[in-house]
Amino acid sequence: MLSFILKRIGLAAVITVLAVSSLFLIVHMIPGDPVSTMLGPRATPEMRAALEARMGLDQPLVVQIGLFFANMLRGDLGMDVFSNRPVSEIVLGQVPYTLVLILVSITWSAVLGIALGCYSAIHRNSLGDRLTGILSVSVIAVPAFVVSLYSLLIFAVKLQWFPAIGAGDAGNWGDQLHHLVLPSLAIGLSWVGYIARLVRASMLEVMGEGHIRTARAFGLPERQIVFGYALRLAILPTVTVIGVGMGFLLSAAVFTEIVFSRPGLGKLVIDSITTRNYPVVMGSVLFSTLIFVASTTLADIVNAILDPRIRAGK
Amino acid sequence: MAVLDIRGLSVGYSTPRGELRALRDVSMMVPEGKIVGIVGESGCGKSTLISAIIRLMAPNARVGAGEVRFQGRDLLAETEAQMRALRGTQISMVFQDPMQTHNPVLTVGRQMMDIQYRERLSRAEKRQRAERMLALVGIPDPEARLNQYPFEFSGGMRQRIAIAMALMAKPALLIADEPTTALDATLEVEIIKRLRELQDEIGCGVLFISHHLGVIAELCDEVVVMYAGEVVETGSVRDVFHAPAHPYTRALLECDPGHIKVKTRVLPTIPGNIPDLVNLPGGCIFADRCERRHAACAARPAMALAGDGQRAACHLITERETA
Repeated sequence: MLSFILKRIGLAAVITVLAVSSLFLIVHMIPGDPVSTMLGPRATPEMRAALEARMGLDQPLVVQIGLFFANMLRGDLGMDVFSNRPVSEIVLGQVPYTLVLILVSITWSAVLGIALGCYSAIHRNSLGDRLTGILSVSVIAVPAFVVSLYSLLIFAVKLQWFPAIGAGDAGNWGDQLHHLVLPSLAIGLSWVGYIARLVRASMLEVMGEGHIRTARAFGLPERQIVFGYALRLAILPTVTVIGVGMGFLLSAAVFTEIVFSRPGLGKLVIDSITTRNYPVVMGSVLFSTLIFVASTTLADIVNAILDPRIRAGK
Repeated sequence: MAVLDIRGLSVGYSTPRGELRALRDVSMMVPEGKIVGIVGESGCGKSTLISAIIRLMAPNARVGAGEVRFQGRDLLAETEAQMRALRGTQISMVFQDPMQTHNPVLTVGRQMMDIQYRERLSRAEKRQRAERMLALVGIPDPEARLNQYPFEFSGGMRQRIAIAMALMAKPALLIADEPTTALDATLEVEIIKRLRELQDEIGCGVLFISHHLGVIAELCDEVVVMYAGEVVETGSVRDVFHAPAHPYTRALLECDPGHIKVKTRVLPTIPGNIPDLVNLPGGCIFADRCERRHAACAARPAMALAGDGQRAACHLITERETA
């Protein structure tokens, strides 16, 4: 088990290096020049050269990437072009908001989705199963930004049950949760449908396998067969999908954070792209990458805990 | 007294083409402490028969008529809860494919302890019992093996574990559904030997399904020959195998590679196919493929006594007597 985890973390490190390198290249290909943005049109060539040298922009690209990694390992992501604060500080200030948002979203949608999926599989072809199926496909089809806008309109503006903007007062848990409801509804809703469909399909597959027949032939209680024997297996593909799904949630969070004016990585990225604030763009996309790599790695480790065959590398 | 006594059982499956009559008027019994073999080619209704006995039938299956008497109780009349109480305690099963029998993500020990959930034993006692059973079926180092997962065992070992699980509760009836078909020949002999020893010790009745005549001959006391959903011949293994009364049994024995004395490149087969069970032909079910078909076969033959305890559903038997 330990060797599996170490291997998987090593792989994650390689993926991170590759992802960050390509990220670096992509940012460099974006039209626009950070130096002109920072200094404005009236900058003298001497001032430009001095700033380029300070930011390392006069070095060859390979050296720039190398420097970036070296600085990254020291926790130094450069300076914000405008406020002159360290980028790491700015980004780290925003990460918790996004992280909480996507974790809450995926948690409630996974719990509900798995429950609905199990229900559908057990009561296959019943009215409840058909209804769940129709609802699932419907919510999958609705994009997160549509849910964001309509939930904002209905629950915040019309009914005024939930606040429309912001993330709540710092330190006030109740208020922060209250502010989380609508954004996490917007992000998680389609995942309920998706996970419900997925769990239903894999449950039906597992329930048809020989070992379930064995469990029945030994008279095990149906509850134990479904939750102890079948779900243990049927959950495996869902865990992987949730791990990868964190990436999609991150991009859905961008919309949602803008619609609800929530602080977070998504809002930070958009704001800094529009102002050509490259160090901040790099920093926030870097953290999104880290969250994505960490979540897929975690999903693999959870799968290995659940399935001894993966642990053994079979 | 018979542990299992099936009388006139008919089971059908509803299909888009109409009702598929998988079992028709099947009667057979398993005497206490005896091993009864069911033999027949694919599609003869062996699997439908076992699923009807333990009442784990496909959703589209329907019992048309008949009784499945287990120790005198009609299982077809029991509630689902009563059936569940019997499964794994009084009636146990060993399935065909040992690679599919166990849950792949739970340890063998956990699965062997789970099936003892009705017993009032401590965890340690249940574990000990599982360990003893594993030792009994010849798994070396059972204590450590309990902590392993099914994928860490070979097919032969998994089937032995399946047998250990099935016999742990000392059932009155063990149903073995082609338990050796998925194994290679040397393992087959080994499993048969174990099964025989354990059955001797526990004294349970065994219903052993196989299409391997050699295995039936080796293991069973009595044999039931099925063809296309009907029982065509029953009797002691010795009588049926040495003096088959039904033309189908005879043909089946002639096709068994173990019986062929002359060197040949082509194995013998029974010409023709199993009749369509949705649109059944009238009369004798085997008539179409029978070498000795004659006018009387247009009517369905009843089971007739062909010898001491040997019965077969063929007109030739009654005709021989009257002639």
